[in-house]
Amino acid sequence: MSEIPASLPPRLHAIVAEFQAANRSEKLELLLEYADRLPPLPDWLRDNRADMEQVHECMTPVRAAAEVHGGRMVFHIDVAEESPTVRGYAALLREGLDGATPEAVLAIPGDFFYAMGLQQVLSPQRLNGISYLLAYLKRLATRALAHRGA
Amino acid sequence: MAGYAHPEVLVDTAWVADHLHDPKVRLVESNEDILLYDQGHIPGAVKIDWVADLNDPVVRDYLDRARFEQLMIARGISNDTTVVFYGDKHNWWATYALWVFKLFGHADARIMNGGRAKWIAEGRQLTREVPTYSPGVYHAPERDDTTIRAFRDQVLVHIRQPGTALVDVRSPQEYSGERTHMPEYPQEGTLRGGHIPTAVSIPWASAVHDDSTFKSADELRALYAGKNVTPDKDVISYCRIGERSSHTWFVLSYLLGYPKVRNYDGSWTEWGNGVGLPIEK
Repeated sequence: MSEIPASLPPRLHAIVAEFQAANRSEKLELLLEYADRLPPLPDWLRDNRADMEQVHECMTPVRAAAEVHGGRMVFHIDVAEESPTVRGYAALLREGLDGATPEAVLAIPGDFFYAMGLQQVLSPQRLNGISYLLAYLKRLATRALAHRGA
Repeated sequence: MAGYAHPEVLVDTAWVADHLHDPKVRLVESNEDILLYDQGHIPGAVKIDWVADLNDPVVRDYLDRARFEQLMIARGISNDTTVVFYGDKHNWWATYALWVFKLFGHADARIMNGGRAKWIAEGRQLTREVPTYSPGVYHAPERDDTTIRAFRDQVLVHIRQPGTALVDVRSPQEYSGERTHMPEYPQEGTLRGGHIPTAVSIPWASAVHDDSTFKSADELRALYAGKNVTPDKDVISYCRIGERSSHTWFVLSYLLGYPKVRNYDGSWTEWGNGVGLPIEK
């Protein structure tokens, strides 16, 4: 199993470690638990879904938006109810990156999730969603940095 | 369901609701998303996952006789059980699972018309409770790869023979070679885009209505005959990995009664990567 990258924000590091320690069926249970607690969009976004960034490469409709407060990021991610796997990815990234700086988000290795061992239970197609989602959150972090510089 | 060649292979949601406690019936949910069953399923249904349960874990192939028997026993399915499949995405993985069951000759396998989406749209009950059944009694024959399954070399011969039809059930963009996966899906590592020479394009979901139920026999006949895919021909369907094309295989074999239809499960991920294989754009 791949090692957990040291550069991960502490909360994401803890989530990856939680998955790494889980066996095959526990990994799926964990992912479903995350899917279950993906919060609904805040009101100001719920009525403005069109303004959110759409993750085009994902096999299910996924939209993401970010807020920055005091240099720290909060992500909002919208995923269809019928796609619990992608909802699980969204929830664990959202929780793991909550309060991280844009720089910390950008420093996450694109293959960090291999340390979770999800490839033991998910086919490559099913695993793709998490890397696309991370790439979009990084795009939002890049935008936050540019905004700060401007 | 009038007019279908084998109407007994389709059941509607009301029939399923009436047979939730029928010990001769086993409901099987098969989805694209591996967690969807766990998030909520029809009471009493068991889960069969196409990757974890139906594919060989190492070789690109299906499970063998011994593993199929183990799977049936574990899910409480016996040789004489009526197995009713349903799932997400217009029953696409449900028909795939049914096709694999037919490789092992399971006698009574049916599809719940409209799938998961229709059950939910009708406000019917879902549960997270995973049922347990006493073990099934199952003896399977060796997997029959000759009747409803086609391989690459057979396709190569097929496209040079008269009296055959080849149906590409992927999206128009995949058929034209613009993409190697459906719109909205990650583009995977197929080295060439396009389609197998002589293939006609009839996207798989043309066979269903918006509510995921199958179109009428007349509509389906017109759809396929309109592209010269007729019952007198030896027909092969393909897509990317054989999942969408098992949906078309089901429609042609059971709803329209075409006598010779095979699914080429190697499909575009094999053909589009094969060295020297002919391709059209």
